[in-house]
Amino acid sequence: MTDITNLTLTELVKKIKSKEICSKDITSNYIERSKSSKKLNTYIEETFDDALANSKKFDSKPDLEKKLPGIPIAVKDLYCTKNVKTTAGSKILENFVPSYESTVTQNLWNSGAILLGKLNCDEFAMGSSNETSHFGNVLSPIDNNLVPGGSSGGSASALAAKLTPATIGTDTGGSIRQPASFTGTVGLKPTYGSCSRYGIVAFASSLDQAGPMTRDVKDCALLLEVISSFDNKDSTSIDFKRPNYFSHLNKNIKGKKIGIPKEYRVEGMPAEIEKLWENGKEYLKNCGAEIIDISLPHTKYALPTYYIVAPAEASSNLARYDGVKYGFRVEGENLIDMYEKTRSQGFGDEVKRRIMIGTYVLSSGYYDAYYLKAQKVRKLIKNDFDEAFNKVDAILTPSTPSSAFKVGEKMNDPVSMYLNDIFTVPVNLAGLPGISIPAGLDENNYPLGLQLIGKPFDEQGILNIAYSMEEKINFKLNTSDWWIK
Amino acid sequence: MKKDQYLIEKNGNNYEVVIGLEVHAQVLSNSKLFSNSATKFGSEPNTQVSLVDAAFPGMLPVINEFCIRQAVKTGIGLNAKINKKSIFDRKNYFYADLPQGYQISQYKDPIVGEGSIVLDLPSGPKTIGIERLHLEQDAGKSIHDIDPSSTLVDLNRSGVALMEIVSKPDLRSPEEVNLYIKKLRSIMRYLGTCDGNMQEGSLRADVNVSVRKLGSDKFGTRCEIKNVNSIKFMQMAIEYEANRQAELLEEGGIIDQETRLFDTKKNQTRSMRSKEDAHDYRYFPDPDLLPLEFDDQFIEDIKSEIPELPDQKKDRFIEKFKLSPYEATILVSDLETSKYFEKVIKNSDVKLSANWITGELFALLNEKNIEIDQSPISPENLSKLINLISDGTISGKIAKTLFVEMSKGDKDPKKIVEEKGLKQQSDPKELEKIIDKVILDNPDNVQKYKSGKDKLFGFFVGQVMKASSGKANPKMVNDILKKKL
Repeated sequence: MTDITNLTLTELVKKIKSKEICSKDITSNYIERSKSSKKLNTYIEETFDDALANSKKFDSKPDLEKKLPGIPIAVKDLYCTKNVKTTAGSKILENFVPSYESTVTQNLWNSGAILLGKLNCDEFAMGSSNETSHFGNVLSPIDNNLVPGGSSGGSASALAAKLTPATIGTDTGGSIRQPASFTGTVGLKPTYGSCSRYGIVAFASSLDQAGPMTRDVKDCALLLEVISSFDNKDSTSIDFKRPNYFSHLNKNIKGKKIGIPKEYRVEGMPAEIEKLWENGKEYLKNCGAEIIDISLPHTKYALPTYYIVAPAEASSNLARYDGVKYGFRVEGENLIDMYEKTRSQGFGDEVKRRIMIGTYVLSSGYYDAYYLKAQKVRKLIKNDFDEAFNKVDAILTPSTPSSAFKVGEKMNDPVSMYLNDIFTVPVNLAGLPGISIPAGLDENNYPLGLQLIGKPFDEQGILNIAYSMEEKINFKLNTSDWWIK
Repeated sequence: MKKDQYLIEKNGNNYEVVIGLEVHAQVLSNSKLFSNSATKFGSEPNTQVSLVDAAFPGMLPVINEFCIRQAVKTGIGLNAKINKKSIFDRKNYFYADLPQGYQISQYKDPIVGEGSIVLDLPSGPKTIGIERLHLEQDAGKSIHDIDPSSTLVDLNRSGVALMEIVSKPDLRSPEEVNLYIKKLRSIMRYLGTCDGNMQEGSLRADVNVSVRKLGSDKFGTRCEIKNVNSIKFMQMAIEYEANRQAELLEEGGIIDQETRLFDTKKNQTRSMRSKEDAHDYRYFPDPDLLPLEFDDQFIEDIKSEIPELPDQKKDRFIEKFKLSPYEATILVSDLETSKYFEKVIKNSDVKLSANWITGELFALLNEKNIEIDQSPISPENLSKLINLISDGTISGKIAKTLFVEMSKGDKDPKKIVEEKGLKQQSDPKELEKIIDKVILDNPDNVQKYKSGKDKLFGFFVGQVMKASSGKANPKMVNDILKKKL
């Protein structure tokens, strides 16, 4: 039964519904493979015993009407899971066990899924290589000593290494799409307000979105359908009619207008990325879509804008980790001393860097020059997209300006690390849906991804385009299982 | 210089005192501003705390619509501009009883704008401007005196809705402050938006005080006295602070803009922090909450719920019941008093009712230190007592004795009159008998009276009342005596 971990989510669901396989078989296969894949360091917390028990429970009384019947799933450790340790990749939460469940994971369990464990991520989702986690860096299954991207690096790695049939990540500036691109998998960031943020450890509230990470587009549609819901516990959740993304998946994109933004042709972009993009256009044309050149003039301001808005919100969101109520604490001479010791030792360097940037840009005397101006630019970036979507149905860009890099390569150069998110960040600032699909390989045979950006709430539109491109691209992820002893 | 102006005199120089108040009024609501925890005063510590109030990871605020309605209602009661769009901001600072590390408040765009309150001064009405009213969360409570080595934190109050009502610097004396607080409290109690209970901390104020030489039209530098929780302390703090500032100016010193504390044991204010040490709160719009928006209909609906307010009630009392402005002001100042009054006058003479309530009843309540809704004499029984006077059954003097009797337990005055035989003697034949005896017993005084000593008439009345144990009808005694003498 070793073939089980090679099946896609959709195939698994089909086989379990036709009673060809049972939940316990699937679960034990994934557990076994996960146990022999420790070298990748994808899991922070394993809940294998509970998962196995739950799969047996499912099999004893299977509800096959569910969308994810008895499917084991490991999730990013940014989702609070009831009675299961939730760390956000940080020392400051290293022993934190929530008494509550995030809405998105609750939606998974309500659909019949079973928790396999909690996956590694950059500390508080701050990072693009999964090297800032307190629990150590994650390796990519693509090649030895390669980063899986971040911040949902544990999720991407576990997915690509077949340690989970599908997973969920969170995306604040590209944290789903960039690691998906690096690992040859599919990752979608929904429209802001599609998935509830309730119970997700907050990084930057106005940008954070949960999203599916899967092996193909079909799986992505299915998982999105499960996790997207209106939630009155999140005031920014939006009550719109959510289609059945999976059953509405449609390869016919004839006549669809796809925009190619000239500003995404950035200086120093490798030729192979350029080529990948060109190929993408060709695939789309072959599918009957129309390619239209567009302009998103404020694109160059997106990254600086993001690195003001996100740290500003983060500096405030992370103030609650003060050693007073829960989590890590270092005793001090007095309250201030306790705060300083707790936060100095509890947070890693990247988190501290962003707290400092955020504190600075919100300070009196700097607020107008930085935060307020960034908010104005953010509006201009949003307007660019609104304008473009008067002419086109979706926008095609590369997901990242390069393929995955080596562990340690960019850790001493934060700006170079930040530049990795240059194509994904504008999408978060504008609150739009974006999907990254594997589209080719570089000279080292490292995967490269293309990104489709859609109109607000038009996840279906970009899923359909991705679905149609996927067939033409016919990408095959080949890993040699080098990490398995 | 006006006759009743409050001035501080130093070395022959007169200083005018300028005062502005920031009142923190707890919104009367069963649940908190952003969570559904209860708000009951005096509960066991940390029994009214939700995950949101304690700022657990991933928890999000959800606005309590009732609190919004209460704020709008209060705004309408203050004749203020209601802002159909307002914004919740984060006020960032660290403290052990502030679980989020920020307080959700309203900074630039409050829910209520400019309004006014009219004070009834002995010299006539004076309008005090209201700058704004905004909603914010209360913090928890740090308790330093239970454990010798640690501070304990009670989060019951954390997240409770407060209205901060900021006055313009229009107040000029401790007495005006007294009237302002009482009027504001009265309006909110009429509206049912704040119980105004200062002992329980439902109403507290930061007091801004400055002084200037009489005649100057420029404001002096102000000091803010934080968190004063009784009118008496406010008045003492203002008096101390105004004298301190005037003295300092006389000595050629300058006032530092600073935050001060009122020490209730020493009756002094002392410096807490200077302007330079003031916190930089790094206000920014809370990204977890959308701007608060409502339409005209929402405001109209609330307007239709507004009861008759003190000023309107006062006008009605004057017009309809022909009360003096003074009596009317006293009777409407407290909602319960006005209700009591309206119950009594349903069946009784208005003028007598007003006199008895503001006279005997108020004295009794004062003596017992209780509120009118705890009065030992019900409005129904007071009404009966007043009717016994009106129809001549008892004399005013007997009524006072009866009132004392009634205060010992709400007894029906008619029954007491019957039981104790206190009925007024109004039978002319009986009265004549007594009077004849008094005249017969005092021949000398009769002689003197007849020879012009008119003042002796009172002596005869007194003798008659004494002989009748106070029960004689005084009017009839007068009439008969005049005839007989």
